[in-house]
Amino acid sequence: MKKNVGTIVGINGNMLTVRFTGSITQNEVGFALIGDERLKSEVIRIQNDRAFLQVFESTKGLRVGDSVEFTGELLSVALGPGLLGQIYDGLQNPLPQLAEEHGFFLPRGVVLEALSRETRWHFTPAVKKGDTVIKAMPLGHVPETQFSHRIMVPFYLEGEYTVLSVADEGDYTIEDEIAVLQNEKGGKISVSMTFEWPVKLPIDAYREKILPTEPLTTKSRIIDTFFPVALGGTYCIPGPFGAGKTVLQQITSRNAEVDIVIIAACGERAGEIVETMREFPELIDPRTGKSLMERTIIIANTSSMPVAAREASVYTATTLGEYYRQMGLNVLLLADSTSRWAQAMRELSGRLEEIPGEEAFPAYLESRIAEFYERAGLVELHSGDRGSLTIGGTVSPAGGNFEEPVTQSTLKVVGAFHGLSRERSNARRFPAIDPLESWSKYESFIDSAAISRARKFLRTGAEVHQMMMVVGEEGTSIEDFVVYLKSEFLDSVYLQQNAFNDVDAATSPERQKYVFDLIATVLGTSLGFAGKDEARKFFTDLRQQFLDWNVLEFESDAFAAAEKKIRAMIEGIADDEENLQ
Amino acid sequence: MKKIYNKILSIAGNVITVKAEDVAYEELAEITTRRGRSLAQVIKIEDDIVSLQVFAGSRGIATNDEVRFLGHPMQVSFSDTMLGRIFNGSGVPRDGGPSIADEVIPIAGPSVNPAKRIIPKRMIRTNIPMIDVFNSLVASQKLPIFSVSGEPYNELLARIAMQAEVDMIILGGIGLKFDQYMYFKNVLEDGGALSRSIFFIHTASEPIVEGLMVPDLALAVAEKFAMAGREVLVLLTDMTNFSDALKEIAITMEQVPSNRGYPGDLYSQLASRYEKAVDFEGAGAITVLAVTTMPGDDVTHPVPDNTGYITEGQFYLRNGRIEPFGSLSRLKQQVNSDTREDHRAIMDGMIQLYAQYQESEEKRAMGFRMSGWDNKLLKYGKLFEGQMMDLSVNIPLEEALDRGWEILAECFEPGETGLRSELVKAFWPAERQETTEGKPAPKTEQGEAAPSEKEGGRKGDAGEKKKEKKTKKKK
Repeated sequence: MKKNVGTIVGINGNMLTVRFTGSITQNEVGFALIGDERLKSEVIRIQNDRAFLQVFESTKGLRVGDSVEFTGELLSVALGPGLLGQIYDGLQNPLPQLAEEHGFFLPRGVVLEALSRETRWHFTPAVKKGDTVIKAMPLGHVPETQFSHRIMVPFYLEGEYTVLSVADEGDYTIEDEIAVLQNEKGGKISVSMTFEWPVKLPIDAYREKILPTEPLTTKSRIIDTFFPVALGGTYCIPGPFGAGKTVLQQITSRNAEVDIVIIAACGERAGEIVETMREFPELIDPRTGKSLMERTIIIANTSSMPVAAREASVYTATTLGEYYRQMGLNVLLLADSTSRWAQAMRELSGRLEEIPGEEAFPAYLESRIAEFYERAGLVELHSGDRGSLTIGGTVSPAGGNFEEPVTQSTLKVVGAFHGLSRERSNARRFPAIDPLESWSKYESFIDSAAISRARKFLRTGAEVHQMMMVVGEEGTSIEDFVVYLKSEFLDSVYLQQNAFNDVDAATSPERQKYVFDLIATVLGTSLGFAGKDEARKFFTDLRQQFLDWNVLEFESDAFAAAEKKIRAMIEGIADDEENLQ
Repeated sequence: MKKIYNKILSIAGNVITVKAEDVAYEELAEITTRRGRSLAQVIKIEDDIVSLQVFAGSRGIATNDEVRFLGHPMQVSFSDTMLGRIFNGSGVPRDGGPSIADEVIPIAGPSVNPAKRIIPKRMIRTNIPMIDVFNSLVASQKLPIFSVSGEPYNELLARIAMQAEVDMIILGGIGLKFDQYMYFKNVLEDGGALSRSIFFIHTASEPIVEGLMVPDLALAVAEKFAMAGREVLVLLTDMTNFSDALKEIAITMEQVPSNRGYPGDLYSQLASRYEKAVDFEGAGAITVLAVTTMPGDDVTHPVPDNTGYITEGQFYLRNGRIEPFGSLSRLKQQVNSDTREDHRAIMDGMIQLYAQYQESEEKRAMGFRMSGWDNKLLKYGKLFEGQMMDLSVNIPLEEALDRGWEILAECFEPGETGLRSELVKAFWPAERQETTEGKPAPKTEQGEAAPSEKEGGRKGDAGEKKKEKKTKKKK
């Protein structure tokens, strides 16, 4: 077949204008040829005989008249065993291998295989000759780290197929043929363990989408108790710089009770993802006893890497997440930061000279964000089991002001909002999620009535605090003052969590229920104090006891002993109350 | 042989267009005008219409002036003989010395593979206590100095350049006032540091476009030296001028502005420069300190705002001092555990007390009655500001820590500082230790002080954690 080749007629930043003759497809991949470098690009607009391509690399040195080779394929990623533990750039180039071959810098125009062609996987068939299969049905499985990786009928095969042959149990590489399928018309299709899927199309090879209800445990108390996330749900974390977005994502990627975590470092500092890359292989996942890296995929397209690849990286990560969801696993995708992704769209839109929307973001910003979050979900597969993809994205609003297009468009489509505040992070109250502004539409594992009572304390406590700033402590009634102290107590012993302490950093749901119960008791007990100093002293001591309690191992002897002391303190003050009357 | 064109189609702002063929994107051209020669760079090609930004500005360019394409993108020479030399924003010597044409290297090269980066762990000492003690600078860090016009930010940069423990310094000046340029030159010359420095200077009197190249030139040279094993400190002043130059070109090119006229890719543009800061495993490192002046002292202005999202912390320079609350070095935790055992405790303890001092100071200013504890804090605050925060204080880290203990001992009893008792035993100044030995930690008069002490004590253990009292920021 003759190659479809076009000619460059214009260059503006990372956008090329290419004259073509044959037929081309929207979003197909082309390679701009410069010497022996092949610069990957994507068609983003077609006008008469001209195609506009965004180049995923630097366009330095390209000339008008240079050729562009069209591939006819949409921008795709390779799916198959061997994805877990990998570190990719936004276009699924494995970064460690690139470093091995090219040293410190990222070379231009180099494309490496995303999956190893040499590794042999132990395949066990799940179908036999003559079986009828449809797309995404497992043909067999191979062990990949602690999971059973399903080898599925490629998702692009529509209709019913008959299995003509399937490989025997044994070791195969991803390229070896493991099955031959026949379609209704008699055409034969050879299937291996790997196939490609275009990143911008959602994988929909499941029976139906289900409403997410089961909570996803992050082990952050403020999230799990007050602003929970559901398996298959979506949430966003907007916050100004320095408020701890990335740290919160890092903690979540460590502690979340899911099968697989995909971290998309999208246009943020390289240093941050380096910490994850270097530390995860050493950290042990308490649930499996294996290294955390074995359940993690990192997509690193940091701020100085090409902008167009940044736009693609979010889709790459989502596609990998959807793929593992098809195996009945719970996947969590953490995108940091979606604002950088939106900015990449803005840059592109500007080069296309589209009419800008608010703050020069393109008019389709909102629908793109909605499409992205809608790819999350809890699904029932054809096999009857369920898998989920949960998406959590950080947002970096300009100036820390949430009234900007990316934050607002995101808030419309997500199920939970964890807004970080500068005040809380300045006061070193971490995680700096603002308990008054944040919300969640999902159910927590703690009784909702108890939570709304606790939130009421936070709200009135904040009001009292505001008032105290004006009239001073003297002008505040003792009742109001106690409400304020109670809200501060709840804040410091429960909402705040010490990320540096191994026990306090991750609180199990059981422990959250247990501790919250006791806190609810404290909040619910009416306390009579002789004066404000006495009240303050009581809460200072109680807080100290609680903080010490928080770092003790759950259900240990020390834990029980400390709890006894706390309960005695609370009863002590209740007695006082009676004495006073 | 490269073709010469002498028909300029349009001149708008600092951008000209010519009809030319076989021109590469980002290629350089030389324009000869009656005012002399200037470099220009290709920024857009549409069919055979090529747009170029002219570094020397478009003033005085005639439509029949000669445009000669050079066949290569912007380059800079790289050699050891560059040390002690001063260049302009096009990489041409401005010190009257011979031009250097050893090895030429392209600028704005590819970014470093994240997989090759390492977790930074080497501290750079500057002998400025507000940096060394409270927000340590780490090799490979990128840190801006947020400031407003009129603050001594260039003096601070010059001092860091003189004192920082690095092999060489590369100074990139963008829109630098002439006297500031001379100041840098004289200070480094007098201090004997000029011989390990390279200057790329664009002054405010020169066309703004020429300043656009300065960060790339400085960083490309720095990268080469770092690869060769040098510890390089790159100082850039002022990145707001750089951003303004970007804005100017973007508007001329009729790009849609995103925020206050700045182009939508401001973040990516800044990031691609700042992310050049790196520690090469087995070779040298690049550390970047850049001044960002905040127009109207507004940290939400697009330039400081985007910068804050890119850099690893920031130093706030206000009233001639590095402000302890807004300032942050995100990498300090990587290094301040291996300096001296009291480093973290002094860092946390002194800042918490300083925060309390500010509350007392506020109360005092509003005319409230001062308690004994307040008076202690007021005394402490004055000492802290005078002997630690003042930019003229010039002592090594260890001496600064000792001075910290001195200040604490002068104002407080050991129990009031919230510092761990084993540290107090080891470091509390000896001549004062006798007087406090045997005495129980005194009770403070004010109810409010008691909880704060307790906090401090806990905090010493937990490292940098949870501060209950809201740290009041200066208005």
